[in-house]
Amino acid sequence: MILLTLRALTSYWRRHRGQLLALLAGLTLATALWSAVQAINGQARSDYVRAAQQLGGTEQTFLARADGGAIPMDSFAQLRRAGWRVSPVMEARVVVGNLRLRVTGLDPFTAAPGTLPPAMAQQLASDPASVMTAPGRGFAAPELVAQLPAESLLPPLDPTPGLPPREIVTDISTVAALPDAELVRLSLHPQQPRFQTPLEQIAPDLVLQAGTGRVDATRLTDSFHLNLTAFGLLSFAVGLFIVHAGIGLAFEQRRATVRTLRALGVPLRTVMIALLVELLCLALIAGGAGVLLGYLLAAALLPDVAATLRGLYGAAVGDGLLFRPVWALSGMAMAVLGTGTAAATGLWALARMPLLASARPRAWSRVSERALWMQAAFGLVLLGLGVVAAWALDGLVAGFTLLGGLLLGAALMLPLSLALVLRLGRSQARSVLGAWFWADAQQQLRGLSMALMALMLALATNIGVGTMVSSFRLTFTGWLDQRLAADLYISARSEEQGAAITDWAQASRLRLLPLVSAEQTLSGRPGDIFGVKDDPLYRDSWPLIAAIAEPWDALHDAGAVLINEQLARSAALWPGQEITLAPGWRVPIAGVYSDYGNPKAQAIVALPELESRFSGLPRLRFGLIAPDTESARTQLQDLGLSQGQITDQAGIKAFSLAIFEQTFAVTAALNVLTLAVAGFAIFTSLTTLAALRLPQLAPVWALGKPRAALARLELLRAVLLAGLTYVLALPVGLALAWSLLAVVNVEAFGWRLPMFLFPSQWVWLGLAALLAALLAAALPARRLARRSPADFLRVFANER
Amino acid sequence: MNAKPLWRALRPMICGAALLAVLAAWPASPQAQGFAGLGSAAEGFALPEPRALSFPEDHGAHPAFRIEWWYLTANLSDAEGTDYGVQWTLFRSAIAPERGSSWRSPQLWLGHAAITTPQEHFPMERFARDATGQADVVADPFSAWIDEWQMTAPEGSPGISALTLRAGAERAAYDLTLTADGPLIAHGEAGYSIKSEGGQASHYYSQPFYTVSGTLHLPDRSVDVTGQAWLDREWSSQPLEGDQTGWDWVSLHLSGGHKVMAARVRDGAGSYTFGTWITADGSARALTDTDITLTPQETHTVAERTLPTTWRVELPAEGVDVTIEAVNRDAWMALSVPYWEGPVTVTGSHDGRGYLEMTGY
Amino acid sequence: MIDARDITKTYPGTPRAVPVLQGLSLAVSGGETVALTGESGSGKSTLLHILGGLEAADTGIVTIAGQDVGALDEAGRAALRRDSIGLVFQQFNLIPSLDVGANLAFQARLNGRYDAGWAGTLAERLGLSDLLSRYPEELSGGQQQRVAIGRALASRPPVLMADEPTGNLDEDSAARVLDLMLSLVRETGTTLLIVTHSAAVAAQMDRRVHLSRGRLSAPSDAVGAAS
Repeated sequence: MILLTLRALTSYWRRHRGQLLALLAGLTLATALWSAVQAINGQARSDYVRAAQQLGGTEQTFLARADGGAIPMDSFAQLRRAGWRVSPVMEARVVVGNLRLRVTGLDPFTAAPGTLPPAMAQQLASDPASVMTAPGRGFAAPELVAQLPAESLLPPLDPTPGLPPREIVTDISTVAALPDAELVRLSLHPQQPRFQTPLEQIAPDLVLQAGTGRVDATRLTDSFHLNLTAFGLLSFAVGLFIVHAGIGLAFEQRRATVRTLRALGVPLRTVMIALLVELLCLALIAGGAGVLLGYLLAAALLPDVAATLRGLYGAAVGDGLLFRPVWALSGMAMAVLGTGTAAATGLWALARMPLLASARPRAWSRVSERALWMQAAFGLVLLGLGVVAAWALDGLVAGFTLLGGLLLGAALMLPLSLALVLRLGRSQARSVLGAWFWADAQQQLRGLSMALMALMLALATNIGVGTMVSSFRLTFTGWLDQRLAADLYISARSEEQGAAITDWAQASRLRLLPLVSAEQTLSGRPGDIFGVKDDPLYRDSWPLIAAIAEPWDALHDAGAVLINEQLARSAALWPGQEITLAPGWRVPIAGVYSDYGNPKAQAIVALPELESRFSGLPRLRFGLIAPDTESARTQLQDLGLSQGQITDQAGIKAFSLAIFEQTFAVTAALNVLTLAVAGFAIFTSLTTLAALRLPQLAPVWALGKPRAALARLELLRAVLLAGLTYVLALPVGLALAWSLLAVVNVEAFGWRLPMFLFPSQWVWLGLAALLAALLAAALPARRLARRSPADFLRVFANER
Repeated sequence: MNAKPLWRALRPMICGAALLAVLAAWPASPQAQGFAGLGSAAEGFALPEPRALSFPEDHGAHPAFRIEWWYLTANLSDAEGTDYGVQWTLFRSAIAPERGSSWRSPQLWLGHAAITTPQEHFPMERFARDATGQADVVADPFSAWIDEWQMTAPEGSPGISALTLRAGAERAAYDLTLTADGPLIAHGEAGYSIKSEGGQASHYYSQPFYTVSGTLHLPDRSVDVTGQAWLDREWSSQPLEGDQTGWDWVSLHLSGGHKVMAARVRDGAGSYTFGTWITADGSARALTDTDITLTPQETHTVAERTLPTTWRVELPAEGVDVTIEAVNRDAWMALSVPYWEGPVTVTGSHDGRGYLEMTGY
Repeated sequence: MIDARDITKTYPGTPRAVPVLQGLSLAVSGGETVALTGESGSGKSTLLHILGGLEAADTGIVTIAGQDVGALDEAGRAALRRDSIGLVFQQFNLIPSLDVGANLAFQARLNGRYDAGWAGTLAERLGLSDLLSRYPEELSGGQQQRVAIGRALASRPPVLMADEPTGNLDEDSAARVLDLMLSLVRETGTTLLIVTHSAAVAAQMDRRVHLSRGRLSAPSDAVGAAS
């Protein structure tokens, strides 16, 4: 009996293939977007874990100097001799072409078990001399190995998946051979001997710290993943609107069949089981397809995401996607749960449907006006909660609560807002047909509200994210122009070469700006101090966002400092206040400059000041102001510099912008996808409504309106509703952009961006929304125009 | 006589640990063996040559030689007469015959230590690079150390006539004071010890006359102990023959103040035993295979290896016929290079105590 | 075959709840054909639904083919409809997504009495043999109703209940459909209860009962019961 019932019910789909396709496509899309985001997040997270393991574990505690400076080897020996089981970690900075690399040297003799990169441990086991004797062996991410030219300074490299993208790990003896190699921290072995001399008696300048001592990418990347997850959830929600529409229609159109089945003696329970089985099958098919599609989508997007994470945060994520059964199962579960949620109301209505009520289909999602008000009130509450959370909470949670409250609240308030606009339109209507048009739109709104809410979410997100990205891009390019004002950027291989370059520039009467920096902990954050020469270049173009009067005079004459925005915001330090740069070095802040894309704190002091505080800083990198860059380049090459050591301004800018574009490539892709899904939701809703709306249209037809005119009115109505939704989405989108720029960005990156408006983008998006609605409405309208008069007549014949 | 821990330089890598590999496998890798066969001069390592020992310099490190050790074993007992054993060893292993600066010196240090009680055994291990200050040996005033483990002459005491000795790990540690009441013993020709087969040689001397007092820190208790200790100093550049599979080594403090050291080197065919007889007044006599016999008696299985923990030692010329028995048969050094090393008690013609080392099982 | 005693039914919710059926009794014996007539809104359909187990009476006892309908739960009533009653509705109530053949066989397959030979005979007698692979929406009203009648009879129910089976048909098709149904019912000895407002239709039945103000009366040569 169940099979027979199932066959009778599912035979419906054979006669409504388009509807089935829409339903499956909606569910597939929803699952795919969700799964794709989950796959990307999962992959990135597992890569972080792997990278952390490769680097000796994030959990390891270590000793470092409180001021972030180099640890003398004596301290290491004294600690060891006092019973402290510490392992030295030595770091050196190497610049190869455009790449600033960190070479980290570990000591296999004292490293705690399992803290060496596995590839290094393996190599040590099979051929220890190759690692521990000159020239040594370096372990680096395969991408990095591929990027690097054969550089005499570096040891032979082994491609080692999972290592951070700009890091080379070697034996400590190898890094010790590099210039400027410093002992930066002493990792603590998890097991310590029974008797130890207290730390403060041996090395009072060292403090116990947790973590790896490098910039903690976790917090930064968390925001990115939260972002992606939000997008995924949004896509899933939009997808569910489609499913809801599709299943709702299918249930509605089968009410008569269900009644007939029951009249013929099929128990209600059997009918419900049959429907559940049907839903489960649909969910499994669409879920399976969705998971597959999601995997492909993730695999396609992952390289961009990985590039973003590497470029923006320095986090290690590979390009390869692994298939995880758990992930696939969770995708399937999401599809099944989503289907269940979307079908719940329909199932409930069918279960409670009296056996004998007239077989006439109701408007399947008729909502009373009171319900609209309730919904809007709830939306207002959500909106309020978002604002309160942003004000009361801190951190990213606040930012995203604000975003969530804003989007959901606005979406929930949409139907009422539209209803009120339509009522206004109706009251202004002059003709009977006009009045009917508005009234009918009001009626149609009820069936379309879900789809329109989806459209609103998609539009608002588009406007918000689009505004943010464009604002960011505008600010960023302007900032690049200011920051990269020199014509050529040169990196020397050695101090001798650096000196030769300096001599040459002097002889050629060219302005050469040494870029000298020292790593330093600034207000508790990892950072760098740069020393700059007094040059009009800085005075004219450095992008200050806040400053005292004559900041550069203060810097060069009074020993003041400029700090980057990240540092200013995180430490709440602004011009006029003072900052401690190093023990015994406390200086006033002359200004704050924007420093996008840099996760670290940064400070700028006068070059002589820096060099007097940190002896032996090499002058290896320079900016050169040369009217004739080509001739300067040739002359530099005559000095023995390779092509890769000289980069022109345009090259760096292009490189920086490429990173920037990659960062937002995923965002853009997801934006387009959500809009497509929303358009699809409108299409399915309109298709659903088309059949049900015949009774509403028949009288108008009977009154003498041709079918084609009715169809045009249908199109117009869809466009009107989409247009109104767009207009209402615009302020929501701008509010979203503001939240992203002023709240989320500050929390996630440490910088606040000015908001620019891009009306031309809005026009294009508006047109896209109208076009989407037009396309979505076209097919149902065409069907209406081609409907046989008999169908209209039947409405009367059936007293429907 | 120079056989003792040179096995370390011969043994192929056992456990695959990187650290072991560096210390043990590097000189033993096929290339290195090939070089050794051609002659040590090609590698630049110094060769042992007949010369008188010179102190205090020879207490210190000899970086021109490939391998060197400071190897101390102590037989101790507490007030109740319970036997304990303590080991303290510092190895120096050179990849090249020079010392570089800071992290780049091609020399490496390895420390082994142990405390053995009748029921427990605590092996410990440390590794270090050369020239970082983490491990080193200074000849005068004498101090040898790796991390907090140290063997140091107290201020004012000449040479190595008195020592403080410390080692420890998470669970156990010791802190001992040693005083020598006899002379240094030079093996072979005034410390130049030639082996009959193969012609390999080493510089080799011992201080077997230490009396010891101090404290053992065990996981659940601290024990005050007294006893005797034996220090071996040896350095060389050439490994032994390749077909030797391991050896058994004893150092015994016998009643009447006599001491005996004996080593039995095993190869595929059989074994060759040699040693030194040291009288209470400090005169020494070299022993060969015909003078002394080591015979395994009872075997015991530890760490899935079966080895003899009871031996018969016969030295007819001196009227010695004793049975030695492990204080703790489970004294297995489960370190990057595993071996058995622990205190023994002596019964028979003489009473006494001593140390037993067994490798290659 | 049909035995209804003291049936009352009031629809709740109406401001002044007027009872639709007021202590009505009706007995129909096996093989009898009975016409149930009455004004629009007199409760004909309600009575048919109660007798067909589609709806429950407020009071009274209904026995169909020996089963006390009031004692059955939803599943039991479904089983009763499946096994003992063939229903023919004014609006045919075919399953639109199944073809004529599948619709014809549906109830018979449900109750396990499907017999290809009988189904074929029925299809032939009802003039549906050439239409078996068509879908309901491709058929005329008369054809659809013949499918509905065939579906009911194919399941070999002891009782056939028809609610204005020709109400949606033009006169010619109505006459043909009714003739076919009657002859088949009589041939198979099926009990027939037919709701109709047509005197012509009623006249062809063995017996006629008239429903008025919630009670039955026998018009002219009435035999049926009244309370």
